[in-house]
Amino acid sequence: MKVTKTFTTFQLTTLVLLRMLIGWHVLYEGISKLLIPNWSSAQFLKESQWILAGFSEWIISHDGILQVVDFMNTWGLIAIGLGLILGLFTRLAAIAGAALLFVYYLNNPPLIGLTYTLPSEGNYLIVSKTLIEAAALVVLAVFPSGSEFGLDRYITRFIKSKTKKEE
Amino acid sequence: MTEAQKAKKEKKSLNRRTLLKALAGIPVLGFFTFEAFRKINYDSDKRSRVIKELGLEDLKAPRVLTVSSGKKGDLLRLGFIGFGNRAQQLSHSLGFMHPDEVKKREQNGTLAEWLEQEDLNVALTGICDVFDLHAERGLATASNETRPGGTPGKTLPVKRYASYQDLLNDKDIDAVIIATPDHHHAHITCEAIKAGKHVYCEKSIARVEEELYDVYDTVRNSDRVFQLGHQIPQNVVFQQAKEIIKRDILGKITMVETTTNRNTASGAWIRHLDSNGNPKPGNESSIDWLQWLGSRPYKPFTTDRYYNWTKWFDYDMGMIGQLFTHEFDAVNQLLRIGIPKSAVASGGIYYWKDNREIPDVLHATFEYPEKEMTLTYSANLASSRQKGRVFSGHDASMELGGSLSITADLDSTKYREQLDKGIFDSSGPMISINPGSGGDVDAITSATEKYYASRGLTTTYINGRNVDVTHLHIKEWIDVIRNGGQTTANIERAFEEGVTCVMANKSYLEKRRVEWDPINRRIV
Repeated sequence: MKVTKTFTTFQLTTLVLLRMLIGWHVLYEGISKLLIPNWSSAQFLKESQWILAGFSEWIISHDGILQVVDFMNTWGLIAIGLGLILGLFTRLAAIAGAALLFVYYLNNPPLIGLTYTLPSEGNYLIVSKTLIEAAALVVLAVFPSGSEFGLDRYITRFIKSKTKKEE
Repeated sequence: MTEAQKAKKEKKSLNRRTLLKALAGIPVLGFFTFEAFRKINYDSDKRSRVIKELGLEDLKAPRVLTVSSGKKGDLLRLGFIGFGNRAQQLSHSLGFMHPDEVKKREQNGTLAEWLEQEDLNVALTGICDVFDLHAERGLATASNETRPGGTPGKTLPVKRYASYQDLLNDKDIDAVIIATPDHHHAHITCEAIKAGKHVYCEKSIARVEEELYDVYDTVRNSDRVFQLGHQIPQNVVFQQAKEIIKRDILGKITMVETTTNRNTASGAWIRHLDSNGNPKPGNESSIDWLQWLGSRPYKPFTTDRYYNWTKWFDYDMGMIGQLFTHEFDAVNQLLRIGIPKSAVASGGIYYWKDNREIPDVLHATFEYPEKEMTLTYSANLASSRQKGRVFSGHDASMELGGSLSITADLDSTKYREQLDKGIFDSSGPMISINPGSGGDVDAITSATEKYYASRGLTTTYINGRNVDVTHLHIKEWIDVIRNGGQTTANIERAFEEGVTCVMANKSYLEKRRVEWDPINRRIV
């Protein structure tokens, strides 16, 4: 996709800014899970309602799987956050981040009639901040800014030079 | 400048710009790292300050969960007197499980946890139950070879006894577990001790005063090991509560409130129907009804009476005997309050208007003028609103359940300075201890943490191993049988608890305030 070529500087700057902000948030979510002793997603999963409730229940009831999920979640968040901030594998990071956030959303969507004991920091109707953040990451995946502002610049160059040589 | 030079310069600056653009994330990451460290330091400072101000830095979690009883003694041969629901739970704690239950746990994935339980080196060799169905379950449980610690090479044969006397007469049984309805506890304990058996008896120890003195004298005058069935004090969190009390974190404690809050038919002891509404099994041909009644007045057999015996004063003391016993034991283990000077109890049958005699709403107040405190018990079988077990001190209060939380008092004298400076905040708990963190002390500094702790939500997932507290309680009994020492719920504690419960029950029945005469050791 050669979309980047058509961006104005201002468009690109706002995209990069959005990428950094989401990256910052995701990275700290990951880091803070590392810092809380014995952090586990069990409490969150226990609250799960709607279509993923059964799956979450299954995770909690298997200690080994819960530990894998906890590990993948923490380090996944850290990797995605770093990717977004550094502009490294930006599209992959954005897609993975969107998918992860969407799973969070599906575990406790603010649908009418579903109530949760965990406190939420706002009032939501179907659309929550998590869903918006996931959507924003989809936008970032579609309009990649890493090859302009980010380490992807070198990666795309490297790939280009390689393919050229092969030609 | 030639065109070529110009182009070269432009290319150079382009390269530099490319590099800067590519590394745009680095300063952001640097700033992130700096701020993250600042936050971590700030948080840990605030936490350690709360713990430091309370002098709890050295309060480490007692690692009771990993302590093993060391070298096991000889195989201990156990007999069960009564093999209903509670006995099945107790047999799990001992390392025995019915094949059906094994299958069920295999399916829901909880079997592995049980198989990790410490092998106590015991054999179930005797089962006695007046109901054929229960006795058969007992036999199947005792001879099942799926055991923690692996399948044994050979199991000792297990025998069913027609009466508890036959079981007690068998010299090949070393110790007995009494899990009958309450009206049999005291006299079977006495006979078992006289027959030379060690006794683990479910609460409550006795129904009436005379039984209580009998069982106290019999156990005291023997060398057999006695343990009453309470498991709360075996909780890691409870061990920490003991330290909190010892270090006077709460200030002068003048009131302890205990409660029961249940709101189901089963919780109100209506248990004779299965989930489809059909009567549970059992009739006079499969149940030795006269043996079940024992010394109690004759009443015709009904499944209602057999399964729901708790509803009548002939067999127990209702909520006082079934539930307050645990509450009293928890408080007595912590504060060593002993027998109260006086007790007043009142209540009524306000919701479950069946044929019951026991109240479904009950309040009892116990005065300890020498200790300068009051103990209350507030119980309801028709509302599950949680009220918690609360120790109220002048400087802080402690709620002790599955987890423990301490809240500074707004008008505390001791913590005035910390409260004024904002180190302590009296609007929510400031410290919590929960089994999830292995019993370590956590200072609560954020709003979310406050929310979790106040609802005990932090306790649901136990990291590492989930250990059954009843297992620890039984293990303690077995360890004392083998190595000597004292059980937690020994006969002294059991007697104090028994007197307190009988006082409350007497007060309710006689509608008056009753007192304890410590000189003549009698209730007046």
